[in-house]
Order: sequence, then structure tokens, then C-alpha cells
Amino acid sequence: MNELIWKRKDLLGLEDLSREEIEFILSTAESFKEVSSREIKKVPALRGKTVVNLFYEPSTRTRVSFEVAAKRLSADVINIATETSSVKKGETLIDTGRNIEALKADIIVMRHNYSGAAAMLARHVNLSVVNAGDGWHEHPTQALLDIFTLKEKLGKIEGIKVSIIGDIAHSRVARSNIWGLTKLGAKVTVCAPKMLIPPGIEEMGAQVTDDVDEALHNADAVNVLRMQFERDESNAFPQQLEYFKNYGITEERLEKAKKNIVIMHPGPINRGIEMSSEVADGANSVILEQVTNGIAVRMSVLFLVAQANEHIKKDETAD
Amino acid sequence: MKEKAKILDSEALNRSLMRIAHEILEKNKGTAELCLIGIRNRGVYLAQRLAECIKKIEGQDVPVGALDITLYRDDLTMISQQPVVHKTEISFGIDDKFVILVDDVLYTGRTIRAALDALIDFGRPKAIQLAVLVDRGHRELPVRADFVGKNIPTAKNETVEVRLKETDGQDEVVIVSKDE
Repeated sequence: MNELIWKRKDLLGLEDLSREEIEFILSTAESFKEVSSREIKKVPALRGKTVVNLFYEPSTRTRVSFEVAAKRLSADVINIATETSSVKKGETLIDTGRNIEALKADIIVMRHNYSGAAAMLARHVNLSVVNAGDGWHEHPTQALLDIFTLKEKLGKIEGIKVSIIGDIAHSRVARSNIWGLTKLGAKVTVCAPKMLIPPGIEEMGAQVTDDVDEALHNADAVNVLRMQFERDESNAFPQQLEYFKNYGITEERLEKAKKNIVIMHPGPINRGIEMSSEVADGANSVILEQVTNGIAVRMSVLFLVAQANEHIKKDETAD
Repeated sequence: MKEKAKILDSEALNRSLMRIAHEILEKNKGTAELCLIGIRNRGVYLAQRLAECIKKIEGQDVPVGALDITLYRDDLTMISQQPVVHKTEISFGIDDKFVILVDDVLYTGRTIRAALDALIDFGRPKAIQLAVLVDRGHRELPVRADFVGKNIPTAKNETVEVRLKETDGQDEVVIVSKDE
């Protein structure tokens, strides 16, 4: 019998994954992309399964993307926003998880403001946990869809140069992208004002610069991160206009970059802060394609963790 | 695994495909509104070859598509191998078409059940007909092929292996027995 390539009941981050596992998610996602181009955008692969979106932080695009992905696989979807749930009454994360398990749900998609929350939940429940962002730690499906989009645009990941520009310190998107891209052989540069570069980022395999023109020079792609002003409690952030002047991606800056450089942004965009409107809407921008690809990647992840968990349960009953 | 018998060699396989092509044209009175959709993996190559045969006979091109049925299987949770999802590529509409569904081996009929469900999601064909290279019996569902290359009575502990140049380097059909 073939070796199983994907054996994990959870997707918690890209740091733990092998290159083969990441490539398997991406190749499965390629097949799922076609489903969304059909007139009837639905396949029966997760019929009878229940996916619970458990969001401790506000999110529209990630939650909607997971919801669309689950529904295109014929799963039932329940959304729990914690502002209106028993979490307000003091229920712990593990109790919430066990209650969802008692409802016989199959997958929890969770966003949480604490790093490591998804991993802790996954240890305490038998159902599958998909990390939709935990604190500053990881946001694996965002990085997977970024990499998927890059592969589609550039044909490969091995050897390409990707610069991640913006608030690296507070960014789980940056961390997941660095893990994923370096495992697949890309060269990653991170670029931000010095105070927004976390210590130890070089050990993850990324080059560091605070010069945006240097980051753009020779890059095949840039991933421009959102300035998360809502997270800035210490007022360490530069003023918005000052940031745009020094780090904002403009057509003028791009004149010195590669002509066909790929411009990505995980959304939502602060126009006129991280990049100009002309760049966001320009020919090099793949921002809306990222949204479309996000559905295929999340379908792939939901399908693979559900399959793996079925195998784990079957093996347990066989023992 | 032991190879028991060679059922078709390269020439016999190609003769079977040519005969099926003639039968498809006879039954559908030509190539109007005709299309071929192969089931991944080997059904796709067989569909392409049938299209070549039809071109030789009628001089007409017939559209060929590829269908992956993994997401429609009824045994997704039972198989111990990793289900690998491949691409479905049907670049033409199938509404009001005569669709010839092509597969290598017809066995329990479950693959065809899944393929029919998948096809219906793409549109409403005028008719779906089934062409297989080998019918080995042991049906578990009420499924019947319209065009058969060869009927091969088999035991359940045997497997029919269709090998094609495109996937296996040579054309042949053999019976393999699992037990010594």
C-alpha cells in the first residue's frame, strides 16, 4: 500500500510541515480550483461533515473564505463569533472545544489572539483543528494561498526571490510565509523600519533590511503586509504618512524593480499607507487572485485533515 | 502478485478501440453533438485514442475531456491509500451533448456511479453512454456498458491490469492474481 503523504488531523502551522506535505496541499488545491469555475460549484466530498468557525478575533475575509470552501465541499458550517457566545461568560477554550466536539462536529477552524492557542486546542480534542491565525505566531492557510498564487504566476517557487514588506513584528502572515517559502527553496527578504523587525527573524532563514528600495531590487515578488495600527498599544509605529513616504509601494518605486514583479497583499489594504491605489489596482497586482485561490487552498486543507482524521479513527477502532 | 494471462496485446487492444469507435459512430449516427470524457487516469488516454480513431474514420475532431471522480467516491473513508485529487478538465459544455464516458475496466460499477454524479454537475447531456476496454463482471450496482472492448470473466481475487503506452510504456491487458 502507498505511504500516506498527509497524516495530520490538524493544520497548525507551516513550521512543522515538510516540503512534501506543503507541496501535497498545493497540488491538491490545484485540482480544487477547477470546482469554483463550474456552474454548480459544489462537490460531495465532505457531505455530512460539520465545520465550526470559531473566531476569537474579528475577521471577515478569512472566515468567509473558509465558509465558502467548506460549503463547496458540501459540509455544514456553523459560525461562532465569541463576542456573542459563552466565552463572554468565562468559558475556557478547552471547554468550548469539548462542547463543540460533543455536538459531533468534525473540524474547528479557529482564530485566536494568543499564539499557540490552536495547538493547545488540538491536543485536547479528537476533532480536526485548522489554525486560521493565532496571535503573532502563524496563519498557515494565508501563506499557502500566497505561495499557491506565486507558483501560478511564476511557475515555480525554488530559487525565486520574495520580499515581505511591512509590520513583520506583529505578523503571523510573515512568519508562515517565511517558513513555507524557505522550505520550498525561495529566498526571502523581510523589510520594515528597525523597530518592526522582531529579533531572531534571521534564524528562520530570512534576510533583513530596512531599505525598501533594496528589498524591491531584483525581487520576483513582494508581499506587502497591512500596518496593524489596531495592535499598536505602545505607539511604536511611525506616523501613517511618514510610513507611506519611506515604505509605501508606489509606481515610482516600482520603476526600479523588475518589470513583471508580482505584488501581493493579504488584505484588507490601507490604501495610501502600505501601497498606493495605482499599485493596488495595477497590472502587477494579484490581490484579488489571492482571494480566489484562498478558497481552493482552504478546500484542500479541509479535505486533507478530514481524510486523515477518518484514517486515525479507523486505525483506533481496528486496534 | 502473479501474472496469469495476457488478454490483449498491443494490436488486439488497438483493434478493439477501432471497433468501439465504429460502434460509437454507428449508434450516434456520426459525430454531431458527440464528445468523449475519460475517467482518470487511464480512461483519459483511452478517450484520446478513441478520438483519434474517430478522426481516421470520419475526418472529424471530437472534443475530449478528463474527469476525476475522487471527490464523488462512496468509499473515501474506507480506502487505506491516500486519495489523490486530480484535475477535472472539461473545456466544453455538455448540455444536450451525446457524452461517451470512457474507462479502462468496468468492475463493481461504483466508479461509474460516481462519474455519473460528477457529470450531472456539469450540465444536462442528451445522453450518456459508457465505453470500457474491459468488462470483468462482479457488478454491485445496476450499471451496464454500451461499448465493450472485451468481456473477461474473472475471479474476485484476480485483478485486470490495463497497461497503456502513455502510462506504463506498453499496450497490454493482463490478468493478475493476488494469491499464489
